[in-house]
Amino acid sequence: MKKELVCIVCPMGCRIRVDGIGDALTVTGQTCRRGEEYAIAECTAPTRTVTSTLHLEDGRSVAVKTAAPIPKEKIFELMAIIRAATAKAPVRIGQVLIPGIFGTDIVATAAVD
Amino acid sequence: MTEKHDIVIVGGGPAGLAAAVAAYDAGVTDVVIIDREEAPGGVLRQCIHNGFGLHKLGRELTGPEYAAVYAAEAVKRGIRILRETMVTAVSPDREVTACSREGILKIEAGAVILAMGCRERSRGALNIGGTRPAGIFSAGTAQRLINCEGYMVGKKAVILGSGDIGLIMARRLTLEGAKVEAVCELMSYSGGLTRNIVQCLEDFDIPLYLSTTVKEIHGRDRLTGVTVVAVDESRRPVPGTERYIECDTLLLSCGLIPENELSLAAGIPLDTITGGALVDERRETEIPGIFACGNVLQVHDLVDYVSDEAELAGRSAAAFVRGEISQEKTVTVSAEKGIRYCLPQRVHTDAGKTELYMRVAAPAERVKIVARDGERVLLEANRRRVAPGEMEKITLTPEMISGAEEIRVSLEAWK
Ligand code: SF4
Repeated sequence: MKKELVCIVCPMGCRIRVDGIGDALTVTGQTCRRGEEYAIAECTAPTRTVTSTLHLEDGRSVAVKTAAPIPKEKIFELMAIIRAATAKAPVRIGQVLIPGIFGTDIVATAAVD
Repeated sequence: MTEKHDIVIVGGGPAGLAAAVAAYDAGVTDVVIIDREEAPGGVLRQCIHNGFGLHKLGRELTGPEYAAVYAAEAVKRGIRILRETMVTAVSPDREVTACSREGILKIEAGAVILAMGCRERSRGALNIGGTRPAGIFSAGTAQRLINCEGYMVGKKAVILGSGDIGLIMARRLTLEGAKVEAVCELMSYSGGLTRNIVQCLEDFDIPLYLSTTVKEIHGRDRLTGVTVVAVDESRRPVPGTERYIECDTLLLSCGLIPENELSLAAGIPLDTITGGALVDERRETEIPGIFACGNVLQVHDLVDYVSDEAELAGRSAAAFVRGEISQEKTVTVSAEKGIRYCLPQRVHTDAGKTELYMRVAAPAERVKIVARDGERVLLEANRRRVAPGEMEKITLTPEMISGAEEIRVSLEAWK
């Protein structure tokens, strides 16, 4: 494998190159350890925090996010689940609206009275 | 009805909230925030993506969560927030006029903090040719419609402008099932943060066309497509490079303009580059007792810096109310070669440690930011990479400032 990426962990934006196969990856171009970890994660198991909105039964909606990052390839599956779900107002910030999904929960990021 | 308050803050977004809390904590507790929306938080209420607060709070929050942190601090202190109330005038002697459903309110303020934020450049300001169909939105309007009002704006979109809101909306539309055909950027580089290029475009294979703009809009009732064209170095369309892209939605993310109508009407001089007021190191405008902070002063890249700047303005307004005013002269700070602007634009010679915020004119690598007093070098700060999309800052010490006649900031090669 050969992959070039820009590190997004800090504003330095180092250009990192990853070579190798399986566990034997060599990382070059990073300035610090966090960059190396980021590059390896991006090449082996990239994850993302997903944010969206979820319907409330009364027709309004509430902003939500995954409480922890989920595997990147699950983003669209997760979106389908969020789109099909509804919750009931009132909702407080941090309240779990869909529990136990891809190893984390969907929580509200805004309060609705 | 006329009221009297020590500090009146115009705008209850991240800047207004942080300024209010800081002023209160500096000992001036009679603080009123006036906001036109039904709830405080400003634009953060529609910025449901994450990435806020890493610098300031040490954790990564979404926009509504970041706003809630500051709103809770304001509420905890009993700071009054007038909602759905619009400030219509601020006079140079600090009389604030506002209107709400209850009628007209006049407040004599000890100090005023302007925190009105900014708004987006519209189609009219961009001079794009063609018809005037439905389906053309500023990126922030689309963001509000989708995230707050629950309306999807279209199925097939082109986004003009690769600033952060445009990039964030490319991802948001994709997640909600629309197809984003392209993001076009007039400049030869993106004005957005690298993390947004990676996580909003590359993650979803959305093409970014640099040095490209929208030349013509097609469609009668609803947008049917746009003609895009490559531009040369002087941003003129290159004939023969036109290409038609079918779409029903065009989002415009072409820059933000500080919303300074109130400041202009108050006679506050503005900086022609930032579009915000000219201020000193305490964020006081050229009219005594009127301060400015946040995106109404300069468009920031990160809300964390908005909060920092607002806290500074809040503390300064509190000091003004207590009569602590510098009697020293000010020296001008000017942006020279490679730097688009530098803020504050003037500094009192008795200033403490002072951060100078700036934007570079173009992306560059291995450069240094140099601050000089005349020809004498005060400070050199190396940067491996700089980009106009990311704000830079350097810190001057009181020793550097106290003897200075003028402060000039430039970007130079690093050898
Ligand atoms: S490698 Fe380290 S220094 Fe470079 S961008 Fe990543 S986190 Fe920043």
